[in-house]
Amino acid sequence: MFGLSKADTRLFLIVIGLTLFAPFILNPFPEGSELAQFNAGYPDLMQRFLIFGIFAIGFNILFGLTGYLSFGHAAFLGVGSYAGVWMFKLLGMNVLPAILLSMLVAGLFSVLVGYISLRRSGIYFSILTLAFAQMSFSLAYSVLTPITGGETGLQLSANDPRIFGQSITDAGTIPVPSLFGLEMRDSFQLDVGAWLFTFNAGYYLCAVFMVLAFYLSIRIFRSPFGMMLRAVKSNQQRMTYTGLNPKPYTLAAFVISGMYAGLAGGLMVAMDPLAGAERMFWTASGEVVLMAILGGVGTLIGPVLGAGFIKYMENIVSKINDNILHQWFSFLPDGLEDVVVAIIYPFIGKGWHLTLGIMFMLVVIFLPGGLVEGGQRIGGWIGRRFGKGGSSAEAAAKPDAKSSPAE
Amino acid sequence: MGILEVKGVNKRFGGLQALGDVNLSVKENTVHAIIGPNGAGKSTLLNCLVGKLIPDTGSVTFDGQSVLGRKPHEINQMGISRVFQTPEIFADLTVLENVLIPCFARRDGAFRMHAIEQVRHEAELVEQAETMLADVNMLGKRDFHAGSLSRGDKRRLEMAMCLVQQPRLLLLDEPTAGMARADTNNTIDLLKEIKAKRDITMAIIEHDMHVVFSLADRITVLAQGTPLVEDTPEKIKGHPKVREAYLGEHQ
Ligand SMILES: Nc1ncnc2c1ncn2[C@@H]1O[C@H](COP(=O)(O)OP(=O)(O)OP(=O)(O)O)[C@@H](O)[C@H]1O
Ligand SMILES: [Mg+2]
Repeated sequence: MFGLSKADTRLFLIVIGLTLFAPFILNPFPEGSELAQFNAGYPDLMQRFLIFGIFAIGFNILFGLTGYLSFGHAAFLGVGSYAGVWMFKLLGMNVLPAILLSMLVAGLFSVLVGYISLRRSGIYFSILTLAFAQMSFSLAYSVLTPITGGETGLQLSANDPRIFGQSITDAGTIPVPSLFGLEMRDSFQLDVGAWLFTFNAGYYLCAVFMVLAFYLSIRIFRSPFGMMLRAVKSNQQRMTYTGLNPKPYTLAAFVISGMYAGLAGGLMVAMDPLAGAERMFWTASGEVVLMAILGGVGTLIGPVLGAGFIKYMENIVSKINDNILHQWFSFLPDGLEDVVVAIIYPFIGKGWHLTLGIMFMLVVIFLPGGLVEGGQRIGGWIGRRFGKGGSSAEAAAKPDAKSSPAE
Repeated sequence: MGILEVKGVNKRFGGLQALGDVNLSVKENTVHAIIGPNGAGKSTLLNCLVGKLIPDTGSVTFDGQSVLGRKPHEINQMGISRVFQTPEIFADLTVLENVLIPCFARRDGAFRMHAIEQVRHEAELVEQAETMLADVNMLGKRDFHAGSLSRGDKRRLEMAMCLVQQPRLLLLDEPTAGMARADTNNTIDLLKEIKAKRDITMAIIEHDMHVVFSLADRITVLAQGTPLVEDTPEKIKGHPKVREAYLGEHQ
């Protein structure tokens, strides 16, 4: 189906299913219950899962296939965001032109950055991309203030021309991003017993783009172009003596991943029309590297898992505070309760970075293939444990590993 | 005029004269062996032919066109393939993919953006690659990770990668180094077979005299960067200068 192999089709359908039903899946705990704070099914966070998923999928096309580790990809996301907001300011509040221009501008910028950075490989390439991103950040923060809004960021205002829309609504407010009238913040809520599920227009727009982005990445992975990118990673010398020029291949991968980042930036401002320079800061570039490595570099689904995992930690684990911990462990004797809480405390709330760091180290040391490898091992274990019946479970756990020798 | 003409090539590495006034003419459809002791400059000469090194002076022409100043991939696209002294393969890819890549390179040139088409739908090229693998007795290992192959298999794979491009000139740098006797004989048979099947010119660097005398139509002896003599295998065998400079060590 879709021109994909059986295993890839299955993986693709699973991703579509998960994306479609995420508002249910991510809200497993009833409203008001103690565990409700672990629910991630609210629009803002779900949008983030998808947007960073797209960012990581694109990053993985460069890093996973060619092995070129860019430390500056957030710059493309940032540039895409600014371009998107400018479309809202100049043209109107329809999200499609904004998203398209985000991709286009990020693509053009990545041609420039890629062309220069790819003159070097290995650590020097990484440093060059990092330098570019930090340069972009500094420019956006100071010199380019008229274009970027500087410290405060680029925002919509009632004085924007919006030649194909209104500068200001009849109600006297700044209009919000919409898709042919459908406002991105529109939501539909479904009450099922104690559960509350939210279906948000913006989320489903992101979902459409994420599914398309994922599909394109499968196609690229299985294409002759994708094979050449893996050849770049494997042996550039053999490539040149085989009559192939690795440079344009690598640059193409760089620009494609830059456009994915631009798409992510465009979607970000389509959800919330505000762009700030901090989006280009080096930590943002580092985050997408973590996402790819945590999920599984060079695998299809890994980067999406990594992005989801990190965003979940950032938004959920960071909200657990000591009060909540005391509640959880109130069944323990008082003294012991305090000790347990004191031990766990550094790992939650603001300490979520510590948890993430430890997770990351564990993954790099014990699961070099990331969460995807973890899934495969568990699948394999279940398969061995439960004999024949488990073999299909194993196949399901590693749908992208079977037909992809690259892993 | 040979298909490959090397004239007055010099190459220095700092104070070391690696190649000194090398002249070489390889006739079309022959096997030309280059022999010489370690450090004689054989690999350096080969590197000058494929664009890896640029000679300080002199000219190198292939089929009447100069190769100097061209990039390695451009030289390959002219019809020159090369087997390395230590096998250069795509270790992270499967055996089949290793052979498919040169098939694509031959059909599509140095760069072509096939990002949506699927490799498995390219039936013609896959068949071409599989036929090649069958020719080198490696079809059974088509889905193996190339990096996991034995050294001998890696060599054969690299050879297959070069041959599938159907080059007009094949350069081989010690193609049987590190091979067991049986594998060496297989390689000789393979090269002979290739030679018999179609028009191809080979320049081969080899220490193994058995290989050289089984295959070569002409032999150039290189010593300290300069050709000593060039002649037919029979003449070379008996040549006093050669015995002294080189063969003596091996017999
Ligand atoms: N890149 C380089 N830089 C400096 N010196 C080099 C370089 N490449 C080769 N040499 C030197 O040039 C000389 C010729 O080397 P070359 O590799 O061509 O010899 P060879 O005939 O292939 O020997 P072998 O039989 O050991 O492969 C050697 O002395 C070598 O040390
Ligand atoms: Mg050598």
